[in-house]
Amino acid sequence: MFGMANDFTHREIMDPMSVMHTARQLGSASICDVDLSQPVSLGTSIMAVEFDGGVVCGADSRTSTGSYIANRVSDKITALDEQIYTMRSGSAADTQAVSDYVRYYLDMHRNQTQKPTAVKTAAKLVSMLLYENKSMLMGEMIVAGWDAHNGGQVYKCAMGGSLIRRPYSTGGSGSIFIAAHCEHTFRPGMTRQQAIDFVDNALRLAMASDGSSGGSVRKVVIDASGVERTYTGGVF
Amino acid sequence: MSTASIAQALNEQRGGFDFELAKRNAALEGAGMKVPRATKTGTTIVGMVYKDGVVLGADTRSTQGPTVADKNCQKIHYIADNIWCCGAGTAADTEFTTALISSKVELHRMATGKQPRLVTALTMLKRLLFRYQGHVGAALILGGVDCNGPALYQVYPHGSTDYLPYVTMGSGSVNAMAIFESEYKDGLTQEEAMKLVHKAVLSGIFNDLGSGSNVDLCVITREGHTLHRGYDQPNPRRFRYPGGFTYTNGTTPTLSSSFTPSRTPAAVVGGAGMEVDA
Repeated sequence: MFGMANDFTHREIMDPMSVMHTARQLGSASICDVDLSQPVSLGTSIMAVEFDGGVVCGADSRTSTGSYIANRVSDKITALDEQIYTMRSGSAADTQAVSDYVRYYLDMHRNQTQKPTAVKTAAKLVSMLLYENKSMLMGEMIVAGWDAHNGGQVYKCAMGGSLIRRPYSTGGSGSIFIAAHCEHTFRPGMTRQQAIDFVDNALRLAMASDGSSGGSVRKVVIDASGVERTYTGGVF
Repeated sequence: MSTASIAQALNEQRGGFDFELAKRNAALEGAGMKVPRATKTGTTIVGMVYKDGVVLGADTRSTQGPTVADKNCQKIHYIADNIWCCGAGTAADTEFTTALISSKVELHRMATGKQPRLVTALTMLKRLLFRYQGHVGAALILGGVDCNGPALYQVYPHGSTDYLPYVTMGSGSVNAMAIFESEYKDGLTQEEAMKLVHKAVLSGIFNDLGSGSNVDLCVITREGHTLHRGYDQPNPRRFRYPGGFTYTNGTTPTLSSSFTPSRTPAAVVGGAGMEVDA
């Protein structure tokens, strides 16, 4: 694969190499001009779903600058804590900065309390940063994870700083295309596999309809037993 | 104190921002004045990870609008012995940000007594760029080898970063990416990697107006780095008369000549001589 076998997974990024391979077999990214005055944005499809005992996080892998695909294997599912992840949409720079801060705060918090952090705490931190800097930040983030108190949870941190807990949540430019589909197919109390399939189908549909979403579907499944990362390549 | 002068005194104390110059500039621009622009490196910069290291590549053209400002500038910047950085965007910004981070990384190395890591340089860079909200126009490719092995990062002017096996940036990035997308393979040797990076930069040099001149390469491995300045020179300057021109005396006829002697300097009378250390 890539020199040191586990280099990429160590850094919590799926091995981009194999994603690229799969993607190349099925077609290539469309390319136009590059404009550096435009911020890099995650024209995105992201979603997270609670299931019986955990959560499934999902995202596409496309990052764009204007009409150019800056990264076709990007990882928008970022770890905030061991069992808490965030899905980023909007400005890549802004949401990376917010998640960097939150990860740092959560590290301090975990060290002080000597206990695993609640998902709600992470979500509140994200929404606080989004609220207090609302005039400077452009991004929506979904925080999802598992803790011993409340099991699997999904929180949506919207742009102005509001925080809503939902059984499932979608975000990014691709989410409007699948709103009705999700509303129709979602069932409360799904099993792990049903939730994975729900996310997978919805994101494939979003990527098919939304020009700013594409690449492959990345998924992170979090439950009491830990975290599992997967991806399905070559969906355009 | 008269009412008018009190009002004036209060006005002077008021503080706040003064937008006089912004208004003046807008008026001048409206009247047709060309606003000066910073030098941009219309650029092709690339990077690639291979079996046991990283190869960085860059062209050497620097442009100011439609004219070439420098035919042989260096766009591969030093961060540390094991970390190098290609820069595209505003030339001054890439120059100064890499120099600043290089200095901070060196101080960090001396404080910790350990080889600097890529993430350290990356975090410093992205924090700086994010703070300036894209006004520092530096688009960078950061590559190197540390205790975690070889790695390559892409940094955008707004402070977002990506971690990838091969990267291109600058105005020639699309041309270079076309080469990588069609020819990249896993586990290339150093020789093959250099060849591919070379080809990618050439693609930018020949097909992008903003890129040109020579190819610079930098190879970084666990053992150290090698900077190949002027690795390839596909655009040498050709002279019609390589030896230059020589003219024999009298080629230009003398029509007339006159001689005016320079004024004699005034003599100093009296006064103490200046003291000089023997």
